[in-house]
Amino acid sequence: MSELLKVNHLSKIYQSSGGLFDKKAKVSALEDVSFTLAQGETLGIVGESGCGKSTLGRIISRLDTPTTGEIIYKGEDLAKKSLAKLRPLRKEIQFIFQDPYASLNPRRQIGAIIEEPMRINGLAKAERQARALSLLEKVGLDKDSYERYPHEFSGGQRQRVVIARALTLQPELIIADEPVSALDVSIQAQVLNLFKELQEELKLTYIFVAHDLGVVRHISDRIAVMYLGKIVEIGKVEDIYNNPQHPYTKALLSAIPRIDQNAKNTRQILTGDIPSPLNRPTGCSFHTRCPIAVPACSTTEPKLRQIRNVEVACDLVV
Amino acid sequence: MLADNLLEVKNLSVSFKTRRGTVRAVRDLSFTLKRGEVLGIVGESGSGKSVSMNAVMGLIQDQNAQITGEVIFDGVDLLKKSDEELRAIRGKDIAMVFQDPMTALTPVYTIGWHIREQIQLHSDISNDAAYKRAIELLEEVGIPDPDKRVDQYPHEFSGGMRQRAIIAMALSLNPKLLIADEPTTALDVTIQAQILELLERLRKSHNSSIIIITHDMGVISELSSEVLVMYAGRMVERSSKSSLFSNPRHPYTKGLMNSVPRVDRDRTSRLETIAGQPASILNLPSGCAFRNRCPLAHAACEEIPPFKSDVSDHGAACFLVEAGAVR
Repeated sequence: MSELLKVNHLSKIYQSSGGLFDKKAKVSALEDVSFTLAQGETLGIVGESGCGKSTLGRIISRLDTPTTGEIIYKGEDLAKKSLAKLRPLRKEIQFIFQDPYASLNPRRQIGAIIEEPMRINGLAKAERQARALSLLEKVGLDKDSYERYPHEFSGGQRQRVVIARALTLQPELIIADEPVSALDVSIQAQVLNLFKELQEELKLTYIFVAHDLGVVRHISDRIAVMYLGKIVEIGKVEDIYNNPQHPYTKALLSAIPRIDQNAKNTRQILTGDIPSPLNRPTGCSFHTRCPIAVPACSTTEPKLRQIRNVEVACDLVV
Repeated sequence: MLADNLLEVKNLSVSFKTRRGTVRAVRDLSFTLKRGEVLGIVGESGSGKSVSMNAVMGLIQDQNAQITGEVIFDGVDLLKKSDEELRAIRGKDIAMVFQDPMTALTPVYTIGWHIREQIQLHSDISNDAAYKRAIELLEEVGIPDPDKRVDQYPHEFSGGMRQRAIIAMALSLNPKLLIADEPTTALDVTIQAQILELLERLRKSHNSSIIIITHDMGVISELSSEVLVMYAGRMVERSSKSSLFSNPRHPYTKGLMNSVPRVDRDRTSRLETIAGQPASILNLPSGCAFRNRCPLAHAACEEIPPFKSDVSDHGAACFLVEAGAVR
């Protein structure tokens, strides 16, 4: 498999505007994130609120600009391109958002919504319509949806419309940010299956951002686990889920409620809350909650290194 | 000697008159809850799980709502009580924890004020004593530095801590029944694990009964001893947890369990799904509400299937289960 995307030392610092009496604060949302993504692969990004997983997706698609670092897509660095130069590449990288109620214009027909990206790119009406109709079919919607409005559809159907729209310009990379978390369980399974079918058929590459560890495991080939803006562990799905190395990954996986109580593992309950990125702990960000932390963890910052089959950012793992 | 059953719901129905006709949100719901038992109610959006519990609590004030049936709590029918009588029961004997800890607290008052208010509404104790009790409660639910935290405002608490504070409020008067509506849905998974452990610990120490409403089969499995599955306003299956998870009977329950991508099973290339969309209670098919999504539907399903339980008290509302065709 050839390499489609390579992210090098990506960082993003947001400057908070500060209140009337507050000092301006810096929020480091991403810190030194690096990974590669092969063509046709799915990388799942997991982590809890505020870990930077959505920021990472937004920056790779250049909905936001990184502070430092490179986003090498097919040999070109997206990080430094101007918005005008990015435009042709936007066709190839598409984004799917969480809330299918907010991402469709309620006043436009489904057909017009799906055709909009093609219209912007100057395709003729006849071709637009033909492609929209065939995409509706591909995502499992009736052809007469073409003339209907978003309010006539349920959440799962709307997410299908969003997916059809993302496919209009034959993208290579799709970044999906929590695309199934607003859906009911029975509908979530349908949409996940659709993602997989489309990937096989169209050779798509996915970055799949989600907090649901079951969903991510189902869809991904590789997983990156994030904590406070950093990747703490990255590797193949089987390795991460069967043999996690980082203490945070272990705790995260053990926290999932199990349906099969016979398979109940020894749960490791983390104490305390995720620290605020405004007030990041020194050294390893996880040391304040880590069950195996030693004094050195609060001073030295661990770097990702290869341990067995995965890369882990923890100096205590050997 | 106290009766074994803390709560008996008999033929509870809730409907709302709307411009588009009468919407029957809950139909014919009957179940019992024993003392110290944890009942999980599971279902998708619009299945009536929250509406039915709001009806139990007397929280449906809409004048277009029509509630019938009986809700026998500790020997008295709550549906026959006046608002004033209900207010004396709510918060004291029955407490509720809602999904969103961000909106359940008033931002302009301290956490301590919220707990004190709850205590003093129902009992005649001094401000000082109530304040001390608030600190004790915060400590009990695992808030660090409770004597400082008690004077902080909700915005100074994280989501998980707010949910703990709400649980502290709910438990302040040792309720006999705690109803928790999606108590962990808004929380991260490591925080969810903390809250589930807390609820289990408190159930043991206070001997309260708990009803937990959720869409997450994993949460149900962790916490409850009994499970009730709802679909389109009706109870479709009810049994002990172990019987339900080892031997689900209703085709909907089976479908629901198979559609969850589970970390404790092998990875498959495709998830099993339930075809179609969840039934809208505005537009239900006649007969069994699940029949247009059910892989096993047949002619008999045009009638409404009665809810039947077997000797082990595992019941389902499905003709095929009744006929023994589904095991």
